[in-house]
Amino acid sequence: MPRSILYIVLVVLFTCCKGEQKIALDATDVFKSKGVEIPMYDFESLEPLLKINDGKTRVINFWATWCKPCVAELPYFELIDSRYPDDQVEVILVSLDLPKHVETKLIPFVKKRKIKSKVILLDDPDANNWIPKVSKDWSGSIPATIIYKGNTSKFYERSFTYNDLENELKKML
Amino acid sequence: MKTLKILVGVALVIAISAFAIDKVSTPKIDGGYAIGDTATDFKLKNIDDSFISLEDYKDAKGFIVIFTCNHCPYSVAYEDRIIELDKKFKTKGYPVIAINPNNPKAYPDDSFANMKVRAKDKGFTFPYLFDDGQKIYPQYGATKTPHVYVLEKTNNGNVVRYIGAIDNNYKDASAADEKYVEDAVNALLNGQKVPVETTRAIGCSIKA
Repeated sequence: MPRSILYIVLVVLFTCCKGEQKIALDATDVFKSKGVEIPMYDFESLEPLLKINDGKTRVINFWATWCKPCVAELPYFELIDSRYPDDQVEVILVSLDLPKHVETKLIPFVKKRKIKSKVILLDDPDANNWIPKVSKDWSGSIPATIIYKGNTSKFYERSFTYNDLENELKKML
Repeated sequence: MKTLKILVGVALVIAISAFAIDKVSTPKIDGGYAIGDTATDFKLKNIDDSFISLEDYKDAKGFIVIFTCNHCPYSVAYEDRIIELDKKFKTKGYPVIAINPNNPKAYPDDSFANMKVRAKDKGFTFPYLFDDGQKIYPQYGATKTPHVYVLEKTNNGNVVRYIGAIDNNYKDASAADEKYVEDAVNALLNGQKVPVETTRAIGCSIKA
């Protein structure tokens, strides 16, 4: 009996961790248009992305096309994404655009700016429930960024310059 | 069997490290009000070119102060609900006072002229004030739009009783099942403690 319980634990963990490394999260929907594909998540399905422990450093930026300071700093995230090897750093741009604006605003934006980092949509209206799970220090304004590796995570509710972002990233490599 | 034990050991180590995320957060730079603080009054220009202060409202029991603006989709999503709040609570002594905290140099959509246009188009029933020079919002500690402060008028000034979101669904008013501001004001009207005193919401950063 105890052995079978252990076995179950094992299966769950391996499935979970193997899946996480590929970021095979369960999207609630996927928007496809003009050759751009944007998966949509609620917070529960997105949350594993904030806790992957595979030796890679992840830079997760919360933004939206309507948020000027977010758009202004996006090129720096793109630069980080292109300058650091994929197996070392992964940049994920979590858009908070409204789902009804994905095809009219977000996808054209991603296409026009030729964004290479992974863009996903977080659609979860009950923000009071999930914002504190991202960080207890987050009031909810964007841009907001998490840089984490393994068990160490740092949260920023502010804008970055390129040097600033790279300095913070280097502390976490 | 031995292999299994090793695997279990490895799996547990992975599990523990995966779930024990220990956040090293930057300390919050925290200006602004907490629940129970006394909020400052102000004298700000309204869209009808008059100047409005909280002290002008002799009969009010309190205020629903909402930092909001034109350009932000989250603010726009809440406009109808802000009008409803005003209609519902103005007559009960809790009028809505909307304040645009943004610097129009950062967001031309949020200029005083555009505030007038937006208020007219939407039929705002409440004052829509311009925080000229962006001096009031930092005192409140508003970080984004919309950002609500419910104030209760007392002998010691206007005391902050609720800070946060209007409700728990920015996309769909009918799907919101936690109406934080309504619940707060109703509690105050009944002489009760506000059930949920602070909430968080996604909003557009205020740009000074």
